[in-house]
Amino acid sequence: MNDSRGNRMALWFLAPSATVLLLVVAYPFLYNVGMSFTNWNMYHFRDPSFNGVANYLKLFQEPEFKNIFLRTFLWTGVNLVFHVTLGLGAALLLNRRLPGRPLYRALLILPWAMPQYISALTWRGMFNLEYGSVNLLLGKLGIAAVPWLGGEWSAFAAATITNIWLGFPFIMVVALGGLQSIPEELYEAARIDGAGPVRRFFSITLPMLKPVLQPAIVLGTIWTFNNLNVIWLITNQGEPADKSHILVTFVYKAAFTYYRYGYAAAFSVFIFLTLFGIVKIYQRSQAEEAF
Amino acid sequence: MKRRWLAKAWNHVWVHVLVWAFVIFAVYPILQIINISLRPGDQLYTTDLSLIPADATLDAYRAILFDKPFGTWIRNSLLVSVSTALIGVSLASLAGYAFSRFRFKSRGVALQGILVTQMFPATMLLLPLYMIMRKVGLVDTLFGVVIAYAATALPFCVWTMKGYYDTIPVALEEAALIDGASPFGAFLRVTLPLSAPALVITGLFSFMTGWSEFIVARVMLPSAELHTLPLGLESLASSYQTEWANYAAGSVLVCIPVVVLFLVLSRYLVSGLTLGGVKG
Repeated sequence: MNDSRGNRMALWFLAPSATVLLLVVAYPFLYNVGMSFTNWNMYHFRDPSFNGVANYLKLFQEPEFKNIFLRTFLWTGVNLVFHVTLGLGAALLLNRRLPGRPLYRALLILPWAMPQYISALTWRGMFNLEYGSVNLLLGKLGIAAVPWLGGEWSAFAAATITNIWLGFPFIMVVALGGLQSIPEELYEAARIDGAGPVRRFFSITLPMLKPVLQPAIVLGTIWTFNNLNVIWLITNQGEPADKSHILVTFVYKAAFTYYRYGYAAAFSVFIFLTLFGIVKIYQRSQAEEAF
Repeated sequence: MKRRWLAKAWNHVWVHVLVWAFVIFAVYPILQIINISLRPGDQLYTTDLSLIPADATLDAYRAILFDKPFGTWIRNSLLVSVSTALIGVSLASLAGYAFSRFRFKSRGVALQGILVTQMFPATMLLLPLYMIMRKVGLVDTLFGVVIAYAATALPFCVWTMKGYYDTIPVALEEAALIDGASPFGAFLRVTLPLSAPALVITGLFSFMTGWSEFIVARVMLPSAELHTLPLGLESLASSYQTEWANYAAGSVLVCIPVVVLFLVLSRYLVSGLTLGGVKG
């Protein structure tokens, strides 16, 4: 249906979603962009005025800016690598003929099923210095207790471990679906040609999974880059001393703890543009794959 | 021959070891919450590592069910989550269909736009959304958060639906059209029933958005009688230390419905999550 009638039909199907997205997402987005050029904060709560790009300039002068920026990339990268390797690994295991497979599958999906704030607060308890089970288990192995939440890098590591736990089931589920659609004959043929398991994985499994994994990886990158809950709750709002922030948590604090609305709006725009750039670069690099 | 058998057995052992390593990693934190929820008040801080505490008690469950407005929280959360799921499924099933079946003008731009909405940091929309909701009188109403959640869940849902429709042959609808069905009838009676797995995921995902969100809720729902479960639980976690067991008990109760949903639907999850390409 490539004619104008098709166009009209499409419009009817799209109208409800488009209305909601325009009102609740697009309009606030533009509103936010407008806000980013004002000095709206707790001192100018009733009388915000236009201040040009001052907020954007201030953002780059933030003493912690470089660290937060780089930490966000590290956070996204480390999480992504573990999500994909663990998720893919679990999917490969569960794709075998295994007694009790449905049960294992259900158990491995559980971290995804739990509301994020509950998981995060539970992990926070588990990283407690004296009573947390992580240190108690390490103690059993003869390793000294780690003050997880006390140092900027250990708190970051704690949050990363938590988020790895949260995120691998999503990739696992996507990969399982992909694995099940690979025809068994391909493997038979490869076996006859003498291809070993490693060769079969890299020449059949991975290329066949690529189309399903790629969108999941893009979404996973976006969700991780902008994940407010985990860092915020694990590090208790950026402790110690606001040294464990990633971009979103830093902005959230600027907006809702310090009421620096205009500044936070500019920072949000910056975050969005950064993420948009990353995804565009990735998509361009994959362009020939008809992504 | 014997060596081959040995290699196979060895392989088998390794697979089980690995699977169990995954299972322990995935399940241990959940057992931890259950453990805390069963602890008596004087043993909240303990270095004991046993899975079920020595003097396990259901006190915390009793406290949360009868001494806290847990019923109100559940009612609000159910109302919000079910409405979000209904709106999410109906809107996404329509929009996904348009993207899958019609080659309309600016289709590519619209699909990219949907992906772009996922890139907005939460801080970007929260404050403006609050301002807008206040202007139209939707602050401190459950309907306000339902709208916000539906919009949050919608992009992923549209994508999932489109990806799944792409796997259903168009020929089926064309046959229905030849038999005299209207285009909308063909969609409703042929394509939609075949898309059950994707509808289930879309519904589950939107339900979960409403069930577990608290950053938007905290801003939009100041009145205590409109608090949803996450807000209620948060109030327990942030108050006195003695509430820690209550918080854990509440968490267990909150997780049970979603965990049951996930377990029952895990089969659909695997078959229905075909995200599909943005352009394809």
